[in-house]
Amino acid sequence: MTRRALAALLAVALLTAPSWLTSAYHLHVLIMAGIFAILALSLNLLLGYTGQLSLGHAAFFGIGAYTSALLTLKLEWSFWPALVSAAATAGLAGWAIGRLALKLRGAYFVLVTISFAGVISLVSVNWMELTNGPLGLPGVPAPELGPWSLRAKAAYYYLVLAAAALAYLVCHRLVHSRIGRALVALRENEPLAESVGIDATRYLVLAAVISAALAGVAGSLYAHYTRFVSPEVFLFTYTVTMVIMVVAGGQGTLVGPVIGALLFTALPEALREAMAWQWQMLAYGVVLVALVFFLPKGIVPSIERMRRGLPRSQPASRPPLQQC
Amino acid sequence: MEQLLQHLVNGLVLGGTYALLGIGLTLIFGLMSVVNFAHGEFYTLGAYTTFGVLALAGWPFFVALGAAILLGAVAGAVCERVLLRPLRGESIDTVMLVMIGVWIAMQNTELLVWGGVARSIPHPFPTAPLTLGPLSIAPVRLFVVAAAAALIGAAWLLIQRTRLGTAMRATFQDRDTAALMGVPIGRIHTITFAFGSALAAAAGALLGPVFLAYPSMGDLASLKAFSVVILGGLGNLAGATLGGLLLGIAEELGAGYVSSGYRDAVGFVAIILVLLFRPAGLFARAERIG
Amino acid sequence: MVEELRVAFGGVTALAGVSFTVRPGTITSLIGPNGAGKTTAFNAITGYLRPSHGRVSWASAPLGGRPCDIARRGVVRTFQKTSVFPTLTVFDNVRTGLHLRARASVWSVLAGARRVREEEARIADSARAVIEFVGLGDRRDEVAGELPYGEQRLVELAIALAAEPQLLLLDEPAAGMTGGEKERLIAMIRRIRERHVTVLVVEHDMKLVMGISDTVIVLNHGRVIATGPPASIQANPDVIRAYLGSSRAPA
Repeated sequence: MTRRALAALLAVALLTAPSWLTSAYHLHVLIMAGIFAILALSLNLLLGYTGQLSLGHAAFFGIGAYTSALLTLKLEWSFWPALVSAAATAGLAGWAIGRLALKLRGAYFVLVTISFAGVISLVSVNWMELTNGPLGLPGVPAPELGPWSLRAKAAYYYLVLAAAALAYLVCHRLVHSRIGRALVALRENEPLAESVGIDATRYLVLAAVISAALAGVAGSLYAHYTRFVSPEVFLFTYTVTMVIMVVAGGQGTLVGPVIGALLFTALPEALREAMAWQWQMLAYGVVLVALVFFLPKGIVPSIERMRRGLPRSQPASRPPLQQC
Repeated sequence: MEQLLQHLVNGLVLGGTYALLGIGLTLIFGLMSVVNFAHGEFYTLGAYTTFGVLALAGWPFFVALGAAILLGAVAGAVCERVLLRPLRGESIDTVMLVMIGVWIAMQNTELLVWGGVARSIPHPFPTAPLTLGPLSIAPVRLFVVAAAAALIGAAWLLIQRTRLGTAMRATFQDRDTAALMGVPIGRIHTITFAFGSALAAAAGALLGPVFLAYPSMGDLASLKAFSVVILGGLGNLAGATLGGLLLGIAEELGAGYVSSGYRDAVGFVAIILVLLFRPAGLFARAERIG
Repeated sequence: MVEELRVAFGGVTALAGVSFTVRPGTITSLIGPNGAGKTTAFNAITGYLRPSHGRVSWASAPLGGRPCDIARRGVVRTFQKTSVFPTLTVFDNVRTGLHLRARASVWSVLAGARRVREEEARIADSARAVIEFVGLGDRRDEVAGELPYGEQRLVELAIALAAEPQLLLLDEPAAGMTGGEKERLIAMIRRIRERHVTVLVVEHDMKLVMGISDTVIVLNHGRVIATGPPASIQANPDVIRAYLGSSRAPA
């Protein structure tokens, strides 16, 4: 089956999902998968394309969630401007991190992102007046589109689907432009990239801002879906899940993180009856190690290679720019 | 004034263990360039081993400590041999991802084995605090400071005075020359990682009885260890020691005078500030051993 | 034009006051024994090293700042160690080199504006042209990191040319090349000059240097010891002494 046919089939399936899915629970899983797909795509921009690992992405997610929740709860804004503000606030945080990235790369960047997330997490727990601390913010209103409320699962599903599609489009356009090439060039060989006029400062910050803004969108969508926000959004488990989705799905591709998101949202739910979540997390850890050894480029690129009849790749070499 | 001194003393207790964590990680991260996010898990391992040996097997306290350190070393050696050695030539990111995997796996194993409830680790010291002038300190804490100091001293001696230590320093300064001189590079790597992990386990075994043991205690420990390493400069033993003490004292003072909710933020903020302004570490002029 | 360039680091003075002028539209070679400071000069001119003293100017304006700013002025360099984007195809390598030839902003990219698509088409055409120029037409879709060494050096040259330099600095372009590859390189450098690009080359291969240069500048121990056309340099006693004092002699 050709790629296009496959994509078309998938699109139709997704668009009509509420009609053929048998239970509301399955729809819930798809909604969560959609939110995580946006998160995974955002992390992928930084990790897969720019080559910097951010373990603090949960911070952007959380900032987006809290911003959106607070604006709609306390200032009674409508959902849509709150969503945009969530993206903007998270994007601002991303700008700050981006500027830091100029001086630091690799492990130091990771440490700074973790520290940043740690500080934000502590603030959300301790600043009771703003965030209600560990008790969280309940009763976050559901979005409204004109006269219709989007509270119903089916309606919210379409909202998330649209957002995920938009996120994918943004990433796709970015990656296949000179901006995307600049990012990859900086990852591959920074002095060479600079010698042809690519401004490392500008592009790293740009990648960080867009990445963070997307994560903020995911956060806002999450807040208005679960209708409750607490410091738990900063839990490291979310970050870990994101990283696994990107690494397993295929960093440096666009489809990879989406597949990863679907897989690692559906899988825990499917296994929920069989396995306690601690076992799942343990499995995640083992899976991550195994991935690095056996499938370092992730699932999607490995399938690509198999289709093209190439030998299995060795760990650590960066994946090429994928056309997808 | 007494409050200040009290905080300082408490800070030393913490600081001594942070120094242990930091020295271990500065060897692993600073010398071996392994971004060991699982470092805190060896700390947790140390704490739980002490608990297991004491509470379940009923053996004496010092045996438990020794067991914890030994287990830390063994676990570290296994980890290096099985996971890190095959990846030796790979990029630092790959190793980082593997260690993240180890982190998650170890933590959830602890969770499964011991459950999520925090455990109190019994110790043989009297609970009544000793009073030294205006200060009061629980005997167990005094023991922690003494033990930490002893271990730190032992680590120093090992690195600076023994042939093994010289071999370690040689390996990380110039691997090819060391290899030509007959230094068994592979084994040195394993020993270094095991040593670093043993120190982390020691820190856990010492602090466990002071506080509580719970599965996620390693998360903060890892980050604080990184904080100490960054403060002191990579590969810098003296820096790690001083950095650890500094962090412990800063945390105690912060918790006492500013706000206890934000005490852990001290380490985070330290990382950010030092990396921004003095990336080589606060004590950069002191000599790197590798 | 380089004036009184001084570079010192780690207590070692790499360049102790180097001044020279490069005439536009010519090929100038910078030679000297190993350690004379040639690559250091390149690094200082193109922004990879900050000189402790001195000024560089190009086209009557001072040249300075970060490497990307200098590239924007039309000054592009290659590197001594083979420098390509290893996991990208040759085509993508060169398209990256064309970065400055496009203007698309983030917003127009995200909006998918038609102007962006047209620009991309132009870039693709330019990339193909440059790849043909260096003779790698049949390697266009190969991954750069997997090409043989000599071809990788050509990719490097293509990337630099794609950036449409007015001043091209080549750092040991012939190193590791076979005789035949060097002949082709010489012809290519001459064709580059015909396109009104000024070329400054650092090289060790004397035959190549004497064959293509209009002017030769000799560096030793961080100073200029001679300047002039190839014939006069070959006869210059200071130059001969400098080379005999090291392991190489001018061929």
